[in-house]
Amino acid sequence: MDYSILQQCMHCGMCLPTCPTYVETKHERNSPRGRIALMRAIADGEMNVSRSFGDEMYYCLGCLACVTACPAGVNYVELFEAARADVEQSKVLENPQRSFWRWLTLEIFFMKPRLLRAAGVLLRCYQQCGLEWLARTLRLIWLLPGNLRKLEPQTPRMSDKFSNALIDEVEWPRGEVKHRVALLTGCVQDLAFSDINRDTADVLLANGCEVVTPRVQFCCGSLHAHNGAPHLAAELARKQIDMIDPESVDAIITNAGGCGSHLKHYSNLLGGDPAYSERARLWDSKVKDIHEWLVTTGFRKPAAGCGMSEVTYHESCHLCHGQKITRQPRAILNAIPGLRVIELNESNWCCGSAGIYNITQPEESARLLTRKLDNVERTHAPAVATSNPGCHLQLAFGLRNRIQSMCRTVTQPVSMLAAAYRGEPTNEGQHDSR
Amino acid sequence: MNSHGSFLQSIAASLAPERVLTQKEDLIPYSFDGTAALKQRPLCVVFPLDTAEVSACVKLCAEHRVPVVTRGSGTGLSGGSVPVADCVVLCLVKLDKILELDTRNLTLRAQCGVITKEIDDAAAQHGLFYPPDPGSMKISTIGGNVAENSGGLRGLKYGVTRDYVMGMTVVLPDGCVATLGNKCVKDVAGYSLKDLFIGSEGTLGIITEVLLKLLPRPVARRTMLALYDSMEAAARTVSAIIAARIIPCTLEFLDRMTVGCVESYAKIGLPTDVEALLLMETDGHPAAVDDEAAQMVEIARQNGAREIKMASDEAEGARLASARRNAFSALARVKPTTILEDVTVPRSELATMVKFIAETAARHRLQIGTFGHMGDGNLHPTFLTNERDHEEMVRVELALEEIVGHTIALGGTITGEHGVGLAKKMFLRQQLGDASFELLRLVKNAIDPTAILNPGKIFD
Repeated sequence: MDYSILQQCMHCGMCLPTCPTYVETKHERNSPRGRIALMRAIADGEMNVSRSFGDEMYYCLGCLACVTACPAGVNYVELFEAARADVEQSKVLENPQRSFWRWLTLEIFFMKPRLLRAAGVLLRCYQQCGLEWLARTLRLIWLLPGNLRKLEPQTPRMSDKFSNALIDEVEWPRGEVKHRVALLTGCVQDLAFSDINRDTADVLLANGCEVVTPRVQFCCGSLHAHNGAPHLAAELARKQIDMIDPESVDAIITNAGGCGSHLKHYSNLLGGDPAYSERARLWDSKVKDIHEWLVTTGFRKPAAGCGMSEVTYHESCHLCHGQKITRQPRAILNAIPGLRVIELNESNWCCGSAGIYNITQPEESARLLTRKLDNVERTHAPAVATSNPGCHLQLAFGLRNRIQSMCRTVTQPVSMLAAAYRGEPTNEGQHDSR
Repeated sequence: MNSHGSFLQSIAASLAPERVLTQKEDLIPYSFDGTAALKQRPLCVVFPLDTAEVSACVKLCAEHRVPVVTRGSGTGLSGGSVPVADCVVLCLVKLDKILELDTRNLTLRAQCGVITKEIDDAAAQHGLFYPPDPGSMKISTIGGNVAENSGGLRGLKYGVTRDYVMGMTVVLPDGCVATLGNKCVKDVAGYSLKDLFIGSEGTLGIITEVLLKLLPRPVARRTMLALYDSMEAAARTVSAIIAARIIPCTLEFLDRMTVGCVESYAKIGLPTDVEALLLMETDGHPAAVDDEAAQMVEIARQNGAREIKMASDEAEGARLASARRNAFSALARVKPTTILEDVTVPRSELATMVKFIAETAARHRLQIGTFGHMGDGNLHPTFLTNERDHEEMVRVELALEEIVGHTIALGGTITGEHGVGLAKKMFLRQQLGDASFELLRLVKNAIDPTAILNPGKIFD
């Protein structure tokens, strides 16, 4: 734990009203200031890493709203990741079931992209061949153990085709190539929202980018870094850098807020690795969120609408607090002709998805989802846009269960922009795949 | 320890067990408030839900002779809510209801744990205004504001918390509940006891409800920014504005060091060779605001401002104000420990005091950025240091003593808005003199003879 970061906290309390868990309980230990005090007490030898400390670190959403609020610029991400790594190392939370699921997700599925896709194919078959319907209808779901049964309705629907089938390895824009960019397709994004990856590629092509999409992509490692496995996160960061040479492209584009926030800090993970530290710094400077990239490079305003008249916008925590990208997605939505953007109250308040928080802390997650959907409903917008697969799934799951809600659609700014470009009268396809 | 055991049992029995915290992991986060370098773990933390529960807790504590430290959101800057050894922290954040907004009498009644900003937001919904705006208003509680008599940026025109408190409910050290004040603008029945409890820092009673005065909300506001080559010129501008019978709602300044830090942090395009930056705002009726703003610009020019900007709308006003808004953040990032002071001098002595602080910093090889409220003479010399550097901390202490000494010599006060608490108590007798210092003690002994409420705060 870096003591100088701990010390930077002057315990002024400005983080408290922005922390969803503190606002829920009003207990200091559930606030960033309280958590930092506990970390500091451990560093000062006043207490040990205990089970209660471990529980606290996993009660934290990691939404980083405190980072936005902090006047002293405390790097909470680093503290939070280091604290969770300490919790794992000291094994205070260990039990056989937890160890099994951690092993299966962190060490197997999210380390081996081919295996993850194979699992995705299996899940897709199960969902599409009628087995899922049968299992639900015959209440076979009730045979699952309690926790899994509760989570079953939240299983993401697999895309008909994954990103590789929708996007060629290299695609060129019509006309002049202004930039060469690499596109990261993500893990959940690839399995559940490959169409959003296609939309991202289309939008890049429409703005003069040559798009390179590596075939087999590794997880960015944010899941590992946020869950106390920094060594695996570092290994994945190396694999990413091996996969895309940052020298070879003008930008490395990500369209998932959660991934982007982590992808921009590989030099923290690899700073001590002489073989990678230099390239990690270059990598960090090349990673751009899609909205950030479009706005800095001056994206073309679409000449047609996107088929929707009103939308509200929910901010992914790691996009707005992690990457400080707030203006750009709104600029994109506002550029779409005929679309009215209705501001969402508490738009930057966590929706409760928070990585795997909806799995680890289902009750708190559900409370945050309700708070979010209540705000969405108050806008009377028929659609909500967001820019992170976790938020997207969480909102869609919540809205499915709220049949009375006016809001029926979850979408993303980049998909709406892609739809607007597609609707332009002169559009005859934006790209060649030579 | 045994007596603590039986005490903890009885308090857990009188509140719900989940509203009594005793585990180490729960208590460590209540060992401090917003003040640098002060820390003490309490015996337990309790969360009452209403005045009756507060009274029950206090009675129990009095019976067991356990000290009580009252706390809201713990944002205080003088250590007022830092626990004392083996005390109960009475955390009042769950008394968080606004009870009444009376638009005929322009008053608002709230429980003590309501967040200050929520009070102004509630008032705003009715076109009304709660003016005190301490820097922590997004999280500070109204009870804490009253107990500390908090100030803010609007002191010159609108006064401080005291000017808006019409009444309160207070739990006394023996657990009795007293109601002080009422909705009457005029009330001379007996001593004005509510005023005794305002700013009493939790040493005389526990404020559980407050009755506040509201004002009509100003309709228009105009923001200006002026840059100067000397602090004296900025101070002259302020005096001339007031002499012209204009009372602006904001007159905030930043010194050279603070401007430099703001620019390197927020990159808002400020020149870094200015000696003073002055942020001015006037509010009220639109026609009056336009007229006053024009006059203020002219006065600033006549008094040697080298550059003046006037915002054309709210958004630009917010941009100009960002220099002042970012001041503390910008300073806080420079070093690990940030000590925010609040010595205050009569307005006419402000430029002299700022100069003295800069010289003191140089003499002791310290980094001190000064900003604050030029309209009311309230300065915030901010020490940028490292509490683990013991040699430097000694110099910080020395510099602070000199600054306090000079403040008192200029007819000022050791604290304008943060309170005495633990951080300033060694200077209190020096400012007050023996007779008035002893008078404070007399009051404390009369109301809290067993010294059960926040012992060791303000004085020993």
